[in-house]
Amino acid sequence: MVNFELSSEQKEITDMAMKFARNEMMPKANEYDESGKLPMEILTKAWELGLVNTCIPPEYGGTGFTTLDSMIITEALAYGCLGMNTTLMANDLALLPITIAGNDEQKKRFLTPFTESYKLASFCLTEPGHGSDAAGIKTTIKEDGDHYVINGQKMWITNAGYADLFVIYCTTDPELKHKGISCIVLDDKNVEGLEIGAKEKKMGHKSSDTRAVTFNNVRIPKENLLGKLGEGWNIAKQTLDHSRPMVAASAVGGAQCALDHAVKYAKERVQFGKPIAKHQAIQMMVADMAMKIESARLLVHKAAWQLDQGETNTLLASYAKAYGADMFMEVATDAVQIFGGYGYSNEYPVEKIMRDAKLIQIYEGTSQIQRLVIAKEIFSRS
Amino acid sequence: MNIFVCIKQVPDTETKITPNGDGTYIETTSIKWIMNPYDEFAVEQALLTKQANSGSTVTVVRVGGVKDTETLRTALAMGADDAILVEADDNLDSFMTAKALKGAIEKSGNSADVIFTGKQAIDDDCLQVPQLLAGMLNLPSVSVVVGCEEAGGKFTLKREIEGGTLEVYEVNSPAIIACNKGINTPRYASLPGIMKAKRKPLAKHSLADVGVADSDRRVKYSNFQLPPEKPPGKKFDAMDEANQASIVAEVVGLLRTEAKAI
Ligand SMILES: Cc1cc2nc3c(=O)[nH]c(=O)nc-3n(C[C@H](O)[C@H](O)[C@H](O)COP(=O)(O)OP(=O)(O)OC[C@H]3O[C@@H](n4cnc5c(N)ncnc54)[C@H](O)[C@@H]3O)c2cc1C
Repeated sequence: MVNFELSSEQKEITDMAMKFARNEMMPKANEYDESGKLPMEILTKAWELGLVNTCIPPEYGGTGFTTLDSMIITEALAYGCLGMNTTLMANDLALLPITIAGNDEQKKRFLTPFTESYKLASFCLTEPGHGSDAAGIKTTIKEDGDHYVINGQKMWITNAGYADLFVIYCTTDPELKHKGISCIVLDDKNVEGLEIGAKEKKMGHKSSDTRAVTFNNVRIPKENLLGKLGEGWNIAKQTLDHSRPMVAASAVGGAQCALDHAVKYAKERVQFGKPIAKHQAIQMMVADMAMKIESARLLVHKAAWQLDQGETNTLLASYAKAYGADMFMEVATDAVQIFGGYGYSNEYPVEKIMRDAKLIQIYEGTSQIQRLVIAKEIFSRS
Repeated sequence: MNIFVCIKQVPDTETKITPNGDGTYIETTSIKWIMNPYDEFAVEQALLTKQANSGSTVTVVRVGGVKDTETLRTALAMGADDAILVEADDNLDSFMTAKALKGAIEKSGNSADVIFTGKQAIDDDCLQVPQLLAGMLNLPSVSVVVGCEEAGGKFTLKREIEGGTLEVYEVNSPAIIACNKGINTPRYASLPGIMKAKRKPLAKHSLADVGVADSDRRVKYSNFQLPPEKPPGKKFDAMDEANQASIVAEVVGLLRTEAKAI
C-alpha cells in the first residue's frame, strides 16, 4: 500500500511548526544573521514547544516522534531560518549516537537533562586534516585506569561555544582507519584540557556557533564510551542515515521559502508593462523550482519512512542529501535571479537564503561524498 | 469551574475565495481552514482561567462543516480538556449557530460557569452569536473585551469603546465573554500537546441532536459574488517640476470627479 498523505496529526505538527517559523523565526532571521549572535530566546521557545531533540525516545522524556515527523518539523524550521535550524539540528546529530548506541543507564544520564531544560550539544567528527576522509581521523583515545584520555583537534564543530555535551569520535590507532574509531560522550564542559576556539566567521548560517575544539589529555570516565572500543564508525554511519535526510529536509524548507518569496515578487514586479510572472521565462523557472522541491521532499519522506520501517536507508539517505542540497542551491540561485538586482541586496530575503544554501552541499558529507556512497552501493549490488 | 469556549473554523486569510456553483456560499472543497483568530484569544483566556482555578475543565464547542476538524484538535492541543462538534453545513446563520451552541452546552450535562467566544468571526463578520447565545441562555454578556480578571467567580472586564476609552464591567459567573485582540497572547499548541490531543474526548452531534431544525433558519444566503475587480491605479510624475502646477490640478480634479474622495 502506498500512501502519500500525512496523518491529521502530522498536518497539525506542520501547521504549528510553520506558524512558529513565520511568527518567531522569520521576523528575526536577518537581525541574527547580521549580528551573528545565538538567538537563545527563540531557540528556548522552540524547545519549550517540543520542536527540538525530536530523536529522544519517550522512555527518556522525549515526545515519541517518528523519523518522518522529525523531517516535517525540520522542513518548517528551515523555512523560518536555516541558521537557527542548524543550531537546533546539531543537537539531534549529537544525541542520535546516544539513542543508537547508548545503554539504558547512558540514555537516562545523557538524554534526560535535554528534556528538562534547553541545552546545546555538539557532534565532534571533523578534524582540520580530515573532513570527507573521516575514517582517517587522528584524535586518539587511550585507556588509563577507569578513564579514557583524549588528545586531538576537531574543526567546524557546531554549537561548541555553548554545548553542555560533546559526542567525540576518536581512534585507538589511526592506522586502523574506520576499524579503530570509537565514540565517547563528554558531559563535563569544565573538564581540564578542553579548549574551545574562537567563533568562525562564515558565509551563511551566521547565527549558528561554529568553532574548533581541542582536547589536551581530556579524561573521560570509562562508562561514557558508547558501545565498545572500535564500534564508533558504525555508530557514525547509523547516525548519518538519520541525520542526512534531516539535512535534506532543511534544504526542502529553505528552497520552499525561496520559491514562495520569488512567486510573490514575480506577481508584484512589473517590467515591459506586465508583472514578470506573466513572462514565460519566469514561469519556466518557477515550474522547475517547484518540481525540484517536490522531488526532494519525496526523497526525504521515503528515506525517513524506510528508517521508520526498520529498513536500511543508506542509499535513500544519500539520494536525499545530494539531490536536496544541489536542488536547494539551484532553487536559491534562481530565486535571486527572479528578484534581479533586488535579489542581490540584503534588503530582500533571498540573498541570505542563497548564502545559507551553500552550506547544505558541504556539511554532513559533501555532495561529492554522497555520490561516492551512492555509486559504491550501486556497484556493490551489481 | 466549567469553562466553555465556542470556536469557529474560518477560511485562512490567505486563501483565495470563490463562490460555489449555486451562489449560496463559497467553494469549500479547496479551502485551508484555520481557527477564527478572535477565538484563539477566547481559548487562551479559558486556559488562563482554568490555570487560576484548579479543578476546572475547558470544553471547546464548534458548530459547522466536518471537513478538516483540525480547529478543535488545535484547541485540545493548546490545553482544552474535551471537545464537542455539532456537525452541520458551513453556512448556518447566526441564530441557528447560537441555538446549536446552546443545545450542545446543555447536552454536555455540565452547566457553564463561563463561556468565552471571539468578538466576531472574520469570514462573515456578523458579530451576533455571543449576544444571541446570551439571550437564549439568559446570561449577561460583554463583548469586545480586552482585559479579563477573575476572582471568586466575579469577572472584571475591560472593553474598548470609541476613541480608545475603556469601560469596566463587573459580571458574576455565569456569563458570556467575547474576546478582542489585546486581551492576551494565545499560546502555541506544543508538540507534546498535539500528541496528547488525539486521546482527548471529542463528542459529535447532529443539528437535530442539539434541538435545531431547518425551520430555525432566519437568513437565507444567495447570490455570492466576487467584488468587481479594481481598475488599475493612475500614476503622476511628482518630480516633473515644470508641470507640477497642472499635475496637481489634474490630481485634485480626478479625486473630485472620478474617485469622489474629496
Ligand atoms: C558551518 C559548518 C558546520 C559544521 N558542523 C560540523 C559539526 O557540527 N560536526 C562535524 O563533525 N563537522 C561539522 N562540519 C564539517 C563538515 O562536515 C565538513 O566540512 C565536510 O564534511 C567536508 O570536509 P572538509 O571541509 O574537510 O572538506 P574536504 O574533505 O577537504 O573536501 C574538499 C572538497 O573535495 C571534495 N572531495 C573530498 N574527497 C573527495 C573524493 N574522494 N572524491 C571527490 N571529491 C572529494 C569535497 O566534496 C569538497 O568539494 C561543519 C562544517 C561547516 C562549514
